[in-house]
Amino acid sequence: MKEKQLMVAAIENGTVIDHIPSEKLFAVVNLLHLDRMTSAVTIGYNLESQELGKKSIIKMADKFFTNEELNQLAVICPNLTLCIIRDYEIVEKRMVTLPDELKGIVHCANPKCITNNEPMQTHFHVHGPDRRALKCHYCNTIIDLEKVKLVEKKG
Amino acid sequence: MEKRSLVTIADHSREKIEYLIQMAQEFEKHPNRRLLEGKVVATLFFEPSTRTRLSFETAANRLGARVIGFADPKVTSGTKGETLKDTIMMVSNYADIIVMRHYLEGAARYASEIAPVPIVNAGDGANQHPSQTMLDLYSIYKTQGRLDDLDIFLVGDLKYGRTVHSMLNAMHHFNPTFHFIAPEELAMPEIYKQFCRDHSIRYVEHTDFNADVISGADILYMTRVQRERFTDLMEYERVKDRYLLKLDMLSKARPNMKILHPLPRVNEIEYSIDENPHAYYFEQARNGLYARQALLCDALGITLDEIRNDKTIIE
Repeated sequence: MKEKQLMVAAIENGTVIDHIPSEKLFAVVNLLHLDRMTSAVTIGYNLESQELGKKSIIKMADKFFTNEELNQLAVICPNLTLCIIRDYEIVEKRMVTLPDELKGIVHCANPKCITNNEPMQTHFHVHGPDRRALKCHYCNTIIDLEKVKLVEKKG
Repeated sequence: MEKRSLVTIADHSREKIEYLIQMAQEFEKHPNRRLLEGKVVATLFFEPSTRTRLSFETAANRLGARVIGFADPKVTSGTKGETLKDTIMMVSNYADIIVMRHYLEGAARYASEIAPVPIVNAGDGANQHPSQTMLDLYSIYKTQGRLDDLDIFLVGDLKYGRTVHSMLNAMHHFNPTFHFIAPEELAMPEIYKQFCRDHSIRYVEHTDFNADVISGADILYMTRVQRERFTDLMEYERVKDRYLLKLDMLSKARPNMKILHPLPRVNEIEYSIDENPHAYYFEQARNGLYARQALLCDALGITLDEIRNDKTIIE
């Protein structure tokens, strides 16, 4: 355990996202706009994990997200663990949960959907009894959550 | 005034559908009125659809409204790169209500979110066409005297047919039994069959189309099997004539059975059937006028009571 703690430095205040499957790391980085952050960000990539084989971890100093922002992550990986750190202590630990509605996050797979042809936000509703699909608010296309593509962020 | 756009019939409850049918009945009794005098109705057809446009414009004209708009997208700024939002916001300055047809799916929903005036969806790509559904429901009601507990047979292209999908959506309030009659390549998609199961709607699938199958129908809803829908043209050649309705296939039909078709027809209903008492597709198109009069008035906030007590009827 000691060795692992040394691999990624502790932070005084901020947010830690753990148990990111390594192949999803860069999708998470893009979704949270980490490229635009000015405070310290530590990213651990391809760390050993008993559960996942390879996992990744992100530590963001002095950064706190709204629940809405963090829950968007559930679109890419449903089982992330979040830790809110204050004064080196974990003050809150929880799993992300998929929100009922997603705005501006997911790309609609239907090329004839208005959202792919007009400068506007996409809008999806979680669909199905097991909540494993999304339904486009505009064209009603249903997309399997496994096959979702995220909106490419501009600027 | 409350904004009451019509984007999809799926937004409507059983009560609302019955209410709109009662409204259409009033307009059938007296189609000519000055109820919308002083109003301007815009018909924006980003995709040409002469039949639907004429029906909406007739509905508006017979109620005394004035009509502006375009029938051909080539004349609009959309071709210059103007966004839908800009066009809708501009026209909202001029008109009290916008009837729009668009080739993109979800266009009407989006327009209804941004426009300060009500939007009536006159078809958005393969997605929704609620005024067609409303006139289909009105036709079923008129010919059967009810919407409940009917045997409805849907024939032809059930995969891409927007009208048959909307029919499932709208009829689920009324305990129907559906029969899906289609070639395998154009069979009812799984997602709509799932919809039926989720709403406890009974359905039976057939690939044969003959007098015995038809004998169980109250409504025979025909659609066109289009060549361009097939990936395998051999398959098209094999099935194309199997879903044509011929006069002798009506020999065992129930007396109340009516044949509906959203039109245009090509050859899927034999012309000799036109004179047969089971044929209803031309009357069905006329019902579109009354259904659209009801939809325009409802979107503009005019109630059934106001229509029943209307003093502007032109005899």
